[in-house]
Amino acid sequence: MNRTMEGLLYSESHEWVKVEGEIALIGITDFAQNALGDLSYVDMPEVDDEVSQGEEFGAVESVKAASDLISPVSGTVVEINGELEDNPELLNQDAFANWIIKVSISDKVELDALMDAKQYEEFCQNE
Amino acid sequence: MKYYDKLIFELSRKGRCGYSLPDSPYQETTAAIPENLRRGTEPALPEVSELDVVRHYTNLSDMNFGVDTGFYPLGSCTMKYNPKINEEIASMPGFKGIHPLQPASTVQGALRLYRDLCKALSVVTGMAEFTLNPFAGAHGELTGLMIMRRYHISRGDTGRVKVIVPDSAHGTNPASAAVCGLEVVQVKSTADGTIDVEDLKPLLDNTVAGIMMTNPNTLGLFESRIREIADLVHGCGGLLYYDGANMNPLLGVVRPGDMGFDIMHLNLHKTFSTPHGGGGPGAGPVGVAEHLAAYLPVPSVCENSDGSLYVQGNACGYATVSAESIPAGQISGFTGNFGVLLRAYAYILMLGRQNIKMAGPLAVLGANYIKESLKDFYRLPIDTVCKHEFVFDGLADRSTGVTTLDVAKRLLDYGFHAPTIYFPLLFHQSIMIEPTETESKETLDGFIDIMKRIAQEALTEPESLKTAPHTTPVRRLDETSAARQPVLTFRMLSSLN
Repeated sequence: MNRTMEGLLYSESHEWVKVEGEIALIGITDFAQNALGDLSYVDMPEVDDEVSQGEEFGAVESVKAASDLISPVSGTVVEINGELEDNPELLNQDAFANWIIKVSISDKVELDALMDAKQYEEFCQNE
Repeated sequence: MKYYDKLIFELSRKGRCGYSLPDSPYQETTAAIPENLRRGTEPALPEVSELDVVRHYTNLSDMNFGVDTGFYPLGSCTMKYNPKINEEIASMPGFKGIHPLQPASTVQGALRLYRDLCKALSVVTGMAEFTLNPFAGAHGELTGLMIMRRYHISRGDTGRVKVIVPDSAHGTNPASAAVCGLEVVQVKSTADGTIDVEDLKPLLDNTVAGIMMTNPNTLGLFESRIREIADLVHGCGGLLYYDGANMNPLLGVVRPGDMGFDIMHLNLHKTFSTPHGGGGPGAGPVGVAEHLAAYLPVPSVCENSDGSLYVQGNACGYATVSAESIPAGQISGFTGNFGVLLRAYAYILMLGRQNIKMAGPLAVLGANYIKESLKDFYRLPIDTVCKHEFVFDGLADRSTGVTTLDVAKRLLDYGFHAPTIYFPLLFHQSIMIEPTETESKETLDGFIDIMKRIAQEALTEPESLKTAPHTTPVRRLDETSAARQPVLTFRMLSSLN
């Protein structure tokens, strides 16, 4: 699988964002799922929870390690991907096709701090 | 190694028993037990003969791998040999047969030993006073943090809620701080693997209770700026906690007390050769500097004016002290895992003041010997002299996709216990090796040869690594299914079949 997908934005903590109007779909990158290995648990916030850019909003656990999920944007959680509760392996199968939460974005200017696919690809070279 | 996976319940046959017990002279009565506390059915105990039991547990124990069967280079765990004289001392009837509720006058020898071990640990670490009561390393951490917290609060300094923990710390450090009700703040490492002092400085203010450090740290590197760090943390009113997990290379050479630490724990099951892991139990004595001595938990062993000893502050009937004067309270029922303390004491006396100074340097020599011998074959992210352990970041040549997990599994085929893998999290393919001072050069050479062979196999026959282990009683385990759908009890297993 490709390490990046065009049209998404990326954070240094390996989350991706897909902006659809006022809504941001947030997931983890293929690089992240590959580094973590087989995932066994995804800890997600609840709908209506507030998230902030750079702050933890949940966690993913694999057989190797547990890792915090860091929100790439600020806003309010409008939906969580309930399928991941029983099937965390979906993130291993296709990290870009499975979003974790949807957030109503409160400040679009924050998106400027994120990387595009090419920048993220370069960032991963040094990880 | 013979494969054996029976559960004792699978051996059970109705009506089979090993012994017939004489009729009880007492009358059975349930009248005093409330209805809701009485069991409705017989307990589900296995019904087996004595021979069934002996064979079952002997077969299971045959599948063990331990320091007594082979090399066990498990980084951060200090799996040194447990000398058998320790066991002999701990099995002496005068120690084995005593009870913690015995009158102090009948256990003066045991109480003296408790005091003497405290003194010996004080000499080794440079701390003023010790308690031997905590049962394990993390229990010691919690005890130490409770002391830290009570110290600040008792001085009216109630705003200190943060504990600073390096990003290379053992996971127990932030966990202990959280359990103690303190907030964890992470401090970064520099590229050379030690604490980033510049990243630390802005974190220091009057909300800091203290910092927890392991020195040498998880990468096996000595925090050489420790005195500067100690001055900075003390300068903002915080305390320094020393996690003794990596004390082994410093034994008899450098003392945490001299580095400026205020509180520390030791893992007797690491540094002081008592059994470790499944062979435990452990012991995590906590030492403190003079100004914190009053905050140590009870019970403690104290001396009367005539030189006799007594146990103070034991909730179970000995002389008690008021709650106000025992700031850290009671963290264990009695005076710790006494059998473990005995073994550590035997170890210290067997080595003596001169020889104990050899343990650390030899452990350091062994680790550096392996590191230098293998660094062309495995990626060494921080190439410098290490202390008792070091971390490789996977194979040097990863072109065939062989991972650290595959290397670790392949080691099992060659009769070695795998090192710690995927920790610390600073690297993606961490493999953490700690040989300890108790291994001979021949053993280290044998390990080095196999590690080189595995690196070669990774290029010539990667498939055999990806499917390793091949010679163990069970092949590669499905860790993912085990994590996602754990089978934890016999009942869960039965429901699967």
